[in-house]
Amino acid sequence: MKNITFAAGIGLFFTSLYFLMAILAPLIAPYGMAEVVGGVWEPPSPEHLMGTDNIGRDLLTRMIYGGRTTIFIATAATILSFTTGTVFGLLAAVMGGWVDQLMSRFVDLLMSIPSLIFALVVLSVMPVTIPVLIVVMGLLDSTRVYRLARAVAVDINVMDFVEAARLRGEGRVWIIFREILPNALSPLVAEMGLRFIFAVLFVSTLSFLGLGVQPPAADWGGIVKENSDGIVYGIGAALWPAVAIATLAISVNLVADWVLNRTTSLKGGRG
Amino acid sequence: MKDQIDYLKVRAALGKITRREFMGRMGALGVSAALANTMLADAVHAAGPQKGGTMRVGIQGGASSDSLDPALAANSVSTQVNRLWGEPLVELAPESGVEGKVAESFSSSPDARIWTFKIRQGITFSNGKTVTADDVVATIERHSGEETKSGALGLLRNIQNVSADGDSVVIELDGPNADLPYYMADYHLMIQPNGGKDDPTAAIGTGPYILKEVDMGVRFIAEKNPNYWGDLGHADTIEVLVINDNTARVAALQSGQVDMIDRVPPRTAGLIERAPNITVRTTSGPGHYVFIMHCDTAPFDNNDLRLALKYGMNRQEMVDKILFGYGSVGNDTPINASYPLYSEIEQREYDPDKAKFHLDKSGFDGTVLLRTSDNSFPGAPDASALFQQSCAAAGINVEIKREPNDGYWSEVWNKQPFCTSYWSGRPTQDQMYATAYLSTADWNDTRFNNEKFDQLLVAARAELDEAKRTQMYADMGTIVHNEGGLICPMFNDFVEATSDRIAGWVPGQKGFGLMNFYAAMKMWVAA
Amino acid sequence: MPLLAKLLVQRIALGLLLLFLVSILIFVGTIVLPGDVAQSILGQSATPEALANLRAELGVNDPPVARYFAWLGGVLTGDLGTALTSGLDIAESLASRLRNTLFLAFWAAVIAVPLAIFLGLLAVRYRERWPDKLISAVTLASISVPEFLIGYVLMFFVGVKLGLFPSTAVSFRADASLDDKLESIALPIAVLTLVVLAHMMRMTRAAILNVMQSAYIETAELKGLRMFTIIRKHALPNSIAPIVNVVMLNLAYLVVGVVVVEVVFVYPGMGQYLVDHVSKRDVPVVQACGMVFATVYIGLNMVADIVSILANPRLRHPK
Repeated sequence: MKNITFAAGIGLFFTSLYFLMAILAPLIAPYGMAEVVGGVWEPPSPEHLMGTDNIGRDLLTRMIYGGRTTIFIATAATILSFTTGTVFGLLAAVMGGWVDQLMSRFVDLLMSIPSLIFALVVLSVMPVTIPVLIVVMGLLDSTRVYRLARAVAVDINVMDFVEAARLRGEGRVWIIFREILPNALSPLVAEMGLRFIFAVLFVSTLSFLGLGVQPPAADWGGIVKENSDGIVYGIGAALWPAVAIATLAISVNLVADWVLNRTTSLKGGRG
Repeated sequence: MKDQIDYLKVRAALGKITRREFMGRMGALGVSAALANTMLADAVHAAGPQKGGTMRVGIQGGASSDSLDPALAANSVSTQVNRLWGEPLVELAPESGVEGKVAESFSSSPDARIWTFKIRQGITFSNGKTVTADDVVATIERHSGEETKSGALGLLRNIQNVSADGDSVVIELDGPNADLPYYMADYHLMIQPNGGKDDPTAAIGTGPYILKEVDMGVRFIAEKNPNYWGDLGHADTIEVLVINDNTARVAALQSGQVDMIDRVPPRTAGLIERAPNITVRTTSGPGHYVFIMHCDTAPFDNNDLRLALKYGMNRQEMVDKILFGYGSVGNDTPINASYPLYSEIEQREYDPDKAKFHLDKSGFDGTVLLRTSDNSFPGAPDASALFQQSCAAAGINVEIKREPNDGYWSEVWNKQPFCTSYWSGRPTQDQMYATAYLSTADWNDTRFNNEKFDQLLVAARAELDEAKRTQMYADMGTIVHNEGGLICPMFNDFVEATSDRIAGWVPGQKGFGLMNFYAAMKMWVAA
Repeated sequence: MPLLAKLLVQRIALGLLLLFLVSILIFVGTIVLPGDVAQSILGQSATPEALANLRAELGVNDPPVARYFAWLGGVLTGDLGTALTSGLDIAESLASRLRNTLFLAFWAAVIAVPLAIFLGLLAVRYRERWPDKLISAVTLASISVPEFLIGYVLMFFVGVKLGLFPSTAVSFRADASLDDKLESIALPIAVLTLVVLAHMMRMTRAAILNVMQSAYIETAELKGLRMFTIIRKHALPNSIAPIVNVVMLNLAYLVVGVVVVEVVFVYPGMGQYLVDHVSKRDVPVVQACGMVFATVYIGLNMVADIVSILANPRLRHPK
């Protein structure tokens, strides 16, 4: 940790701050999540540090609870999409042949159904609960990760060192995790940071369709949406959650960049 | 100085000097900008309608899947566009009552069972064909016949027979109905050649404009009908632009891309009006945002629970926070002062103690599930969250379930026992009650079944004494107020805005927003 | 190039098979969705009789399998049919919407793709120095804000306050001159560019950094080549696979996923057209749009895969 850069430090600080807030939400929020405590769009005051939202709930409280929903869903969906996408992508690249064709074309199939129809159908048939949301988002996103992972791995799969490992008689698992994965890591980590952002935004896109989390629960994108009439008039309730999303996104990606640097230097090659 | 001001006002009103010049010179005379603006608007209005120019209307509600067939009209855009090319027999008059359109006059038999509409002579459809009584008969047949798919069918159920009699149309009902002319003003019932049986989507009618360009869900361009019989329509061209996004609609008005818009978001109306060249217009109407319970489904079949929920509703807070003051409190009936035979009943207030009392009396101790969606009325999920809070103070547990916008009207409304919804209201009590509170009505969305209420409704139709009829409607209102499944927290005003490029707005028009969608034809391009 | 020809034939055949499967899936999806077209058209003014009459007229009472094959038969003979809701010819309405969508996507891509790759290269060149950090921060901030918010802000400040460009695309006419058309969609192009820029830029940066560690880059460096030449000639070609994949994903997004931007700027594209008809359950139109979107995806994925293969000599000449 001693060679941590300044940027990574900032990233780590904000990321952990947001995650801590999310975990400790009920302890640190000044009011109840759904409690109506004032008028519409009140400006910041000592009682309400960030003002109030469109129906008079304390904005700081909504932000803290909203962060909890947003971060939890986005993290879980990203982990899910990443594990499935990467594992299947690498597997397809290493196996090749008809297994690769079958999986790749199946992914093409999933990707080519407009995600709006996909989300509508799935969520109208299944109850809109948080676990269902996570699974739907995670699986939709994993198709994108799969394509990237496979594309990178196919390139690496024909390198001499992989060939050498094969000749050594290494098994498939070894080749995937010890030969290919470390060399494919850097685009994948970059992608992970971005996928996290897309997951945060997807939750709010769902609330655009009237799906998404159930009121009175909040998510950051949803708070922006609820207050969207006030955006152009500089109403804080519409802008602060957007700022929160942006800082979270930048922080997570700063951390990702830092991890990326560490992994590329671990890989050997030049010292 | 007064002379100078008057002179400038006349010049500006006639368009001899530009608005900018006018404001500049008034400033030089020491008149404040706000006052100068008002003066200009008054002067322009006083100068009377000017002909010519293009009027651009930005409204919400259209989709690329709409149809030009007036029988299938179901949103603001279709209603607006149909008003341009077509006309019904009669239309709501600006203040009260109805006025003739395709029908010049109408009369009824003494028992209000047989109605005669005299067709205006010598008027033509935009394809050149003269309008006959047969066209009107065919139109009513198309909307009420066995084969119909018309949205007006529900209104026309009581019609027994329609026939042409020279230049009149005779409508026989299966019972008396003093309100029939109001039914004929329905926005689906545009008179078309041969009733539109040949080509329902041809958009050929007797309206003041002729549709020239149609891009469904995007834009409609109409030009003045040179053969129009009446005095409606000042602009040469009217463009109707579909702008569904609230912020985009406001921005289009502010940047001068359109001249008038509907549905200004209430919370930002005050901020929008700060712009010097924009006027926000509010009109109170019969539209109401509602929470509806099925009176025949547990736990809502218990009137004490219904009362508990009614007392748990903070109506003033709803008006303040959801309508931002652009509306009035409801009183758990669908009727407000905009109805012709209105009489007041005692206002129900938010009262957690009474709510608690009725809750205990009902013996219900579970959680009430309320379904909602932004599609039911703007801000419905927020209103539900407020209701959840005000009920919690009375010890009532409400759980909110947000349903997809898509499919709300087919899957939730009129199906689920408790949900949020919207009624645009009707021109008369009879029509409103017959549409949604009669026990046999298709849209009885509260599953209300009260024998006394049903009897009163039928009796009131035949009652020609106005005082007695008013009393009957008051009694019916009280029944719904005390026993119905309707929680009506608020009546929403139409909040709309016009730029000062156009003039001639008349406040207080009955019916829908934008002066019952006649604003584009009654206003004129001033600058 | 026989390899390329073989690949193309193989993938196009597979693509057609996929399209067929997609059409079945979308059809089943629209059947599964609650509500039907008649109910959606009449909305709150539906009476049981009117519903029954409308259903009969629209032919939605036929069994689903029969309807599907009737549709398939039509498509195979080049007839997409008419929309159930508006009664308009689908091919005609779809064509004009698709033209608009492609027009917007094309101009957004023309700006965004080269810019993203250039910024990606720049970030690698000045790695860990301020240009890199600035580019990263700005592009990250721009994708992490919901697109409607960027849209509203640009609309209000650039369109209404400054009056530089039309605040919405309501003045867009397909038959106007290119200049007028571009002016009316300047703001949507700007928003879309901001939305897709970061993803492509960061992937370019990461993919190139990944190969910058290789021995041959060191060789090139020791040869005394300029940093930019190294990146352009040695690093970029070897990191093309992930970049092309991400570019294709974003191009597909520009065509398929811009509903929000279309709604915000009132632009008559495919996204809005699809949403309108999904909510009315107009199955033939949803099918037609679904087919177009699927073709775009399958086509772009195919291009990405083939470019990746061609860019890697070892894949180009398999042992």
